[in-house]
Amino acid sequence: MASDALAMLVFAPLIAALAVILAPTRATLPLAAVGIALPLPALWLATVAVLRGETIVVALAGFAPPLGIAWRADGFALTLAWLTFVVVAFISWHARSSFAVETDVGRRFWPLWLVLVASLYALFLSADLFNLYVTLELVTLAGVAMIAIGGKPAAMRAAMRYLLLGLMASLFYLLATALLYGQAGTLDLYQVGERMGDGALTVTALALMVTGLLVKSAIVPLHVWLPAAHGKAPGPVSAVLSALVVKVALYILIRLWFWVAAPLDVAAAALALGVLGAAAIVYGSIAAIAQTRLKMLVAYSTVAQLGYVMLLFPLASSAAFRAVTFHMLAHGVAKAAMFLAAANLLAALGSDRLQRLVGADQRFPVNVLAFALAGVSIMGLPPSGGFVAKWMLLEAAWQAEGWGWVAIVSLGSLLAAVYVFRVVALAYAQPRPAVSVRRPGTSPRGRFHATSLAALGLAVLAILLGIASAPVLTLIDLGLPPALVQP
Amino acid sequence: MSTELVYVVAASAVFGAGVYGLIVAVHVMRKLLALNVMSSAVFVAMLSVAGTAEEGPDPVAQALVLTGIVIAVAATAFALALLTRLVRETGRTSLQGGDDDGE
Repeated sequence: MASDALAMLVFAPLIAALAVILAPTRATLPLAAVGIALPLPALWLATVAVLRGETIVVALAGFAPPLGIAWRADGFALTLAWLTFVVVAFISWHARSSFAVETDVGRRFWPLWLVLVASLYALFLSADLFNLYVTLELVTLAGVAMIAIGGKPAAMRAAMRYLLLGLMASLFYLLATALLYGQAGTLDLYQVGERMGDGALTVTALALMVTGLLVKSAIVPLHVWLPAAHGKAPGPVSAVLSALVVKVALYILIRLWFWVAAPLDVAAAALALGVLGAAAIVYGSIAAIAQTRLKMLVAYSTVAQLGYVMLLFPLASSAAFRAVTFHMLAHGVAKAAMFLAAANLLAALGSDRLQRLVGADQRFPVNVLAFALAGVSIMGLPPSGGFVAKWMLLEAAWQAEGWGWVAIVSLGSLLAAVYVFRVVALAYAQPRPAVSVRRPGTSPRGRFHATSLAALGLAVLAILLGIASAPVLTLIDLGLPPALVQP
Repeated sequence: MSTELVYVVAASAVFGAGVYGLIVAVHVMRKLLALNVMSSAVFVAMLSVAGTAEEGPDPVAQALVLTGIVIAVAATAFALALLTRLVRETGRTSLQGGDDDGE
C-alpha cells in the first residue's frame, strides 16, 4: 500500500506533465492540479507507514537492483518530500496568475514545472547513486529551462552559465559513481559504503563527488552561478530554485557523507566543509547587504543560508542533523515566500531597485508583510521556524564545544538582520510627497490578489513551523543516519 | 600496472583536458564540446569497470554507459537550443560581460 503510494508521488506529476503537453490549453490547470495534489495522499500514507517504524523500499516494476530501479523512503526523504509538496503547492497557486495558461510562456511553463516536481520527488526517493545522478540532471535541466523561459537576455545568460557549471558538476558526480561502482560492485546507496574499502580510488571518487555537489549547491567559492540564476529568473522559478533545487544537492551530499562515507575517517574533510560553510554565511550575508536590487539581495541571502547546512559536517551529531534538516525546511518555506513577495513587488513597481521600495507598505501591504514575516524566519527570530533551526544548531555546536561554530551562527543571524531590516525599513519609510505617485489600492493587482496571498501563506507557514515543530522533528528523527545514532 | 589502471589514467587525462577546455574556452559552443569530451572520459572509465570482471563484461556498467549517453545527448541538445536562443537574443556567443540590463 505504502509502496504503491510512493509510485504515485513521482508518476502523478510526470504523467500530468505529458498530459499537459498533449491536451488542449483549457485542460492545463485541472491536469496540473491533479498532478500536484495527488502526491498528498501518497505522502500521507508513506508518512504513516514510516511513523510506524517501517522503511519503505520499492523495486520499480518488480525489477530488483542492480539493473532495476529501487526507491527507499525514510524520515529524511519524506521530510524533504513534504517540503517539496508544500512549497510547490503555494508556488503553483502563484504561477496560476504569473504564468497564465493563455500566454505563450504559460504554455511552456506548466509541463516543465510538473517535470521538475516529479524529478524532485524521484530524487528524494532514489536509493542508488546512478538514479541520483539521473534525477539530479533532470532537476537541473528543468530548472535551467525555466530560468530562460521569459527570454530576457540577462536571464538566458544566467541560465547558460548555470547549465554549463551544472553539467560539469554532474559529470564530476558521474565519474565518481563509475569509480565507486568499480570499487564496490554495487550502486546501492546503503551498501556502497561497506563495500568500497578505503583505497586511493575510493577517496578520489568521494572527493570528486563532493566537489560536484558543492558546485550544484552553490557553496562559496563555487556559488558564482547562483545569484544571477536565482535573481534573474521569473518569480515563481526563483522561489523553487532557492527553496528546493539547491537543497537537492545538499540532500545528496548529506546522504553521501553520513551513509556512504560513514566507515571512513573524514574528520579533516568535514572541518574543511564546515569552514566553507562559515565562509558562505559571512560572504553571502555581506554580499546581500551590498546589493542594490531586491531579488539579488534575496539570492545572496540563499548563498548565506546554505552555509548553515555545511556546519553539519564538522559537528556530525544527531542534534546537528536534526537542526540542519529543520533549517532546510524553514529556509525553504521562508525563502520561497521572500522570492514570491519580491517578484510581486518587482511586477508592481516595474523595478526591484531598493530605493523604489520607499512607501511600498502603503501600496502593497500584503507583500511587504509577507517579506517581513519571511525575514523573521531568515533572521532566526522567535517564534519562527528559522529560530527553532538556529537555536537547535547553536545547541548542537554548544554541546560539541565548537565555539567557532557558535560564533558563526550568531554572526550569521546578525548579518541577516541587517539585510532584512534594510529592505523592511525602506518599505515602511514615509515617502517624500514627490515619490508617492499612486495611492493605496491603485496598484495594477488588487491587495489580496492570489500572487500576494501565495507569498503571505508561505510566510505565515514559515512562522508556524516554529510553533508546531514537534511533529516535524518526530519525522526527522526517524531519518537519522545510523552512523550518528550510535554514541 | 594493471589494465584497469591504464584505463583509469587515460580517462582521467581526457577528463582533465575537458575540464581545462571548459574553463579556458570563451565561445559557448567550445564549452559544450569540452563537456562532451568530459562525458566521453566518464564512459571510458565506466567501460573499464565493465571489462575487468573475469566472467565477462558487466551488464550493469554497460547499462550505465547507455543511459549516460542518452542523457549526454539530451543535455547537449538542450544546451544547443538554449545557445541558439542566446545568440538570437543577445547577438553574442560568449557569456562574458555584465549582467546588469537595467530592468
